[in-house]
Amino acid sequence: MSAASAATAPVMESDRSWYIITALVENKPGVLFRVTNLFRARNFNIESITVGSTEQQDLSRMTITTNSDERTLDQLVKQLRKLIDVVEVKVLDTERTVYRELALIKMKAVDPTTRSEIINYASIFRANILDIGKETITVEITGTPDKIDAFKNLVQHYGIAQLARTGVLALPRGSGT
Amino acid sequence: MVEMTGAKALIHALEKEGVDVVFGLPGGANLPIYDALVDANLRHILVRHEQSAAHMADGYARIKRKAGVCFATSGPGATNLITGIATAYADSSPIVAVTGQVPLAMIGKDAFQETDIIGVANPCTKYSFQPRSAGEIPEVIKKSFYIAESGRPGPVLVDIPKDVQQATAEMKFPDLIKVRGYSPVIDADLSEIGKAADILLKAERPIIMAGGGVILSGAFSELQALAELLMIPVVTTFKGKGAFPENHQLAMGPIGMHGHAEANKIVIEADCIVAIGARFSDRSVGKFDEFGKGMSVIHMDVDPAEIGKNKSVDAAVVGDVKSSLRSLVKMLSKRITKRDPDNPWLKRRKELITYYAETLKDYPREITAKKSLKKLREILPAQAIVTTEVGQCQMWASLHFDVISPGTFFSSTGLGTMGFGFPASIGAKAARPDVPVVDIAGDGSFNMTENSLAVSVLDNLPVIVFLMNNYMLGMVAQWQRTFYDRRYSGVEQHNCPDYVKIAEAYGAQGIRVQSMQELEKGIKIALKSDVATIIDIPIDPNEDVYPFVAPGTGLKDMITGA
Ligand SMILES: Cc1cc2nc3c(=O)[nH]c(=O)nc-3n(C[C@H](O)[C@H](O)[C@H](O)COP(=O)(O)OP(=O)(O)OC[C@H]3O[C@@H](n4cnc5c(N)ncnc54)[C@H](O)[C@@H]3O)c2cc1C
Ligand SMILES: Cc1ncc(C[n+]2csc(CCOP(=O)(O)OP(=O)(O)O)c2C)c(N)n1
Ligand SMILES: [Mg+2]
Repeated sequence: MSAASAATAPVMESDRSWYIITALVENKPGVLFRVTNLFRARNFNIESITVGSTEQQDLSRMTITTNSDERTLDQLVKQLRKLIDVVEVKVLDTERTVYRELALIKMKAVDPTTRSEIINYASIFRANILDIGKETITVEITGTPDKIDAFKNLVQHYGIAQLARTGVLALPRGSGT
Repeated sequence: MVEMTGAKALIHALEKEGVDVVFGLPGGANLPIYDALVDANLRHILVRHEQSAAHMADGYARIKRKAGVCFATSGPGATNLITGIATAYADSSPIVAVTGQVPLAMIGKDAFQETDIIGVANPCTKYSFQPRSAGEIPEVIKKSFYIAESGRPGPVLVDIPKDVQQATAEMKFPDLIKVRGYSPVIDADLSEIGKAADILLKAERPIIMAGGGVILSGAFSELQALAELLMIPVVTTFKGKGAFPENHQLAMGPIGMHGHAEANKIVIEADCIVAIGARFSDRSVGKFDEFGKGMSVIHMDVDPAEIGKNKSVDAAVVGDVKSSLRSLVKMLSKRITKRDPDNPWLKRRKELITYYAETLKDYPREITAKKSLKKLREILPAQAIVTTEVGQCQMWASLHFDVISPGTFFSSTGLGTMGFGFPASIGAKAARPDVPVVDIAGDGSFNMTENSLAVSVLDNLPVIVFLMNNYMLGMVAQWQRTFYDRRYSGVEQHNCPDYVKIAEAYGAQGIRVQSMQELEKGIKIALKSDVATIIDIPIDPNEDVYPFVAPGTGLKDMITGA
């Protein structure tokens, strides 16, 4: 089989990997709309997307995570680069990247045992207690998405009342750009 | 620095871009622009529907190879442009569409005739601007033309709130601008060109597939130089029709769903394909994973995102094809002298052409699509510009009308917009008033924008509508005959309307022909006419287009109808 036909073979689920992409984009109205509209129009599956300011006033950084096969990733990056408001796109090597997500998790916690268990888990996960009410505890946890998933799974059985996650933020390690 | 209104700045900026004609229709939200037009050095062509304004700008652009310009008001004026903008986008044609918008303070308030046209147009524009102050307009217009015309061309929308048109500012008209996130590649990587050269020199049965990119870049002589140096047969996509003279000894015509039989056949037999400014569309190549199996594939394209989108390739030459082809030919010339035309591959080319010429039968009738188009070709001068509507008429044009002078043929190919051809032919005539312009039309398509007859007559842009009239949405009828057991649904036009009367109602000329002789006479009269002429040619509603590669099948599954 030639290389050409191999690459067009149907994509298996297992061909997919988790990627972090960062994009520097013009800091002006409508840019997020153009990017998300592109994802929708071309059927790209996005797991999380964050936008925020950078060290340069007129640029924003978008961090996008996706589970894709290589061919789709290649198209995603090229189509992003094609957008005029997108100045730079990089796929980060997760081994050489620091990346974090923040989550706020509000759990049901009425009886004292539950409360102390949650507080204990929170301290093991280096999460902060933000609020303790009569019936709930809210914690703030920062980490890789895996760590947040792990904490969530651990406390799930207490009953999660509300949960909010920021999506992933990432920067290359060391002097990498 | 000069002080003027936003509307005046717009007009001045357009003049500075060398724009000589704009197509449009006014309304409340672009009144200031229309007022500024009164004193302008621009020809304004008043359309009868904004869709046609966009198609005219598009037709103009395809012939001038410069952005065409159209104007519309907010709301319905702007939404009427959308089909035309989407058509230009699908075919990478540069237009700059300027719409009026409700005043800044009214935006988002559901004001009268407010439509979020930037949002609506986003998926079918290369970029869009909404200047928030009058002073931005000169730079916005400069950027719009730069973005529309450079790299892979495309439509740009400029949506200007009415108060921004009215406001006065100190204007600075830049000569040069930079767009930070946009830098199209022009000169390709030489190592990829080297790879392409290696592959080509090894190939025994190479084929060139020339696409729309060759026409967009005007790389006609460069393409010919490559083909002639290595004696490579040239097929085109339908969009690339006329990128290469179709009477050339290496020409094979368009491939694809309704490609020439010999072209489809030779592509399957090739061991190497050079796609030049072509995007491997499903209509050209059939099944993606079947096409090009076992062949080496060289892809030359200005858009990096096209590389590997539908087809994996062995060499990817990213850059403007004019420049890439020059470098490739230069590199090859150092390694080879002209290849001998007396070789088995070119013999095979001849064999296929002869075989299909003898096998494919003509439809038995006095006037047929094929005969009438051959007649048109016989009489039209080579430099005449030809466009088409959409449907069987279009595919017959692809099959039976040979383009001799490169770059004189275009059509709505990516979107397949019925109603495109007629207004686009008027736009082409505005770009090249010195040559005859013909729209090879179907009745159904012509119906959609036939009110442009008023424009053709009043603005003195006479074109010929070569109406292949089967009183049928013929292409759909053919699919219903083929795939739905001949159950017609919503395709018959019941001999309505009378096209001669339609022509006359607008002060144009209508000629109904009943024989090949009358057709010949009709074409000659039309060529001499100083008003638009509709030549109404009866086509049997049962006449099919062959060959046919059914959707979802491969080129090898072609049905020839023989
Ligand atoms: C009824 C109907 C039937 C059709 N049947 C067929 C058929 O049988 N066969 C067929 O082929 N098509 C057919 N089409 C047309 C089809 O839908 C596509 O529009 C067409 O195949 C696209 O051709 P393309 O790839 O050459 O062109 P385009 O869409 O024009 O793409 C041009 C490519 O060139 C690149 N490019 C642009 N400028 C440059 C430059 N300066 N330098 C380098 N690259 C550049 C672009 O990035 C792009 O990748 C049909 C359409 C209709 C409506
Ligand atoms: C705006 C639009 N609507 C619908 C279609 C679907 N369509 C494709 S071909 C065709 C029939 C065209 O009829 P006509 O112009 O008479 O050409 P013919 O096929 O009869 O030659 C239709 C309806 C289209 N391409 N464009
Ligand atoms: Mg018809």
